[in-house]
Amino acid sequence: MNKLSLIGLLSLVIRRDLVLAMRRRADVLTTLIFFVIVVSLFPLGVGPEIDMLRKMAPGVVWVAALLASMLSLGRMFSADYLDGTLEQMMLVPQSLSVLVLAKILAHWMVSGLPLVIMAPVLGLQFDMPAQALWVLIAALLLGTPILSMIGAVGAALTLGLRGGGALVSLLVLPLCIPVLVFGAGAVEAVVSGTNVSSHLSLLGALLVMALVFTPWVTALALRISME
Amino acid sequence: MAINWFKYSSPSTFYGVAGKMVPWFAWSAAILFVAGLYISFFVAPTDVQQSEAYRIMFIHVPASILSMFIYLVMAGYAALGLIFNTRLSSMMASALAPTGALLAFLSLWTGALWGKPMWGAWWVWDARLTSELILLFLYLGFIALHASIDDPRRADRASALLAIIGSVNVPIIYFSVQWWNTLHQGASVKFTGTSMHVAMQQGMYTMMLAVWLYAIAVSLLRVRCIILERECKAQWVSELVEVRR
Repeated sequence: MNKLSLIGLLSLVIRRDLVLAMRRRADVLTTLIFFVIVVSLFPLGVGPEIDMLRKMAPGVVWVAALLASMLSLGRMFSADYLDGTLEQMMLVPQSLSVLVLAKILAHWMVSGLPLVIMAPVLGLQFDMPAQALWVLIAALLLGTPILSMIGAVGAALTLGLRGGGALVSLLVLPLCIPVLVFGAGAVEAVVSGTNVSSHLSLLGALLVMALVFTPWVTALALRISME
Repeated sequence: MAINWFKYSSPSTFYGVAGKMVPWFAWSAAILFVAGLYISFFVAPTDVQQSEAYRIMFIHVPASILSMFIYLVMAGYAALGLIFNTRLSSMMASALAPTGALLAFLSLWTGALWGKPMWGAWWVWDARLTSELILLFLYLGFIALHASIDDPRRADRASALLAIIGSVNVPIIYFSVQWWNTLHQGASVKFTGTSMHVAMQQGMYTMMLAVWLYAIAVSLLRVRCIILERECKAQWVSELVEVRR
């Protein structure tokens, strides 16, 4: 095989992971349905007063998105780890960080992007105004990749451990709190009429930071877990 | 005089050294606790605004500061272990974690007791309280990750990475009262001078030193246990007096 360029490697791994995910569509749908169910449980739990629901909506959608993204983290590396693909991936001459970045992007396309597309529909259930829905989409578009990236570090650290699912949430959820605060804050800001751009800028800054550091840290964590 | 520091990075040497140091730290911590509690209850005057309730500060402030400081020390040891592959550094990191978690919990608990008379609520979702709560979760995550990996080498390295990532949170807690407009009061003690009465300062510094020495004593004791557990198959352990008995 010829030596792949970085972009070539990125697109190869993304295409491979997407094909694998499409062969097992049920996994993808479970996460999405989980997200919808969690959001729909809140009105049943706290009562159907529309004023309160409108106020709660951004927080509820964000918390549900956070939980749904935890659910799919276990799948990011485990299948490749079990059948030995991951070991082969660590031997390729190209940088492991780029490979990990590709896997994170593929994971986001499969588990994060559907949540972003689904969120406005759920927002309508909570009677959110149209402008707030647009901000919600923007905030989720900036925020969900960060969740996948931070989650990748946790998934790599807990690779192959017993009780990995609960453990990965314990490790990753505290680190995701800034994303939750600024993401939900952006939607609340547009509802209360204050400045949205500061929240979105902070989310963007977090995204850039995560993009720089997390693939590298995840690669380190994978090497620790695989040795 | 040149001291060979690397000599003390070997668990077998450090085990003995730590054993000799523990009583010194423990006794001085006990004496300072008694002195500090005496100053804070009987010498320090009643506060004008907060009356007697402010006295909880004498345990709240040292616990909070040390919970942050211990996290940094723990992350530092963890990083040393990760970089230089020194076993003792990783053992120190895992010995510090429970003490740090305890102090973070104490800081939240005493803060709640202080918040009720001052703010009228046990808990408010203010930036400093929330970030201190995250610190407690980070400690718990570190302990949980370490506990769930059977191979000690992998456990050390994986939790070291987690500790280093989590250390981002410590400056956020420290500066949270400046960055955000919060209910939690700002720092009363600064390098440029203080707004506190002299006796209150003395009480707080004594208590701070006491908690500090306590933390060192307990961590050293715990690291001795960890060394014994991990090295139980080594020759030098079986030759120890306390093991042979």
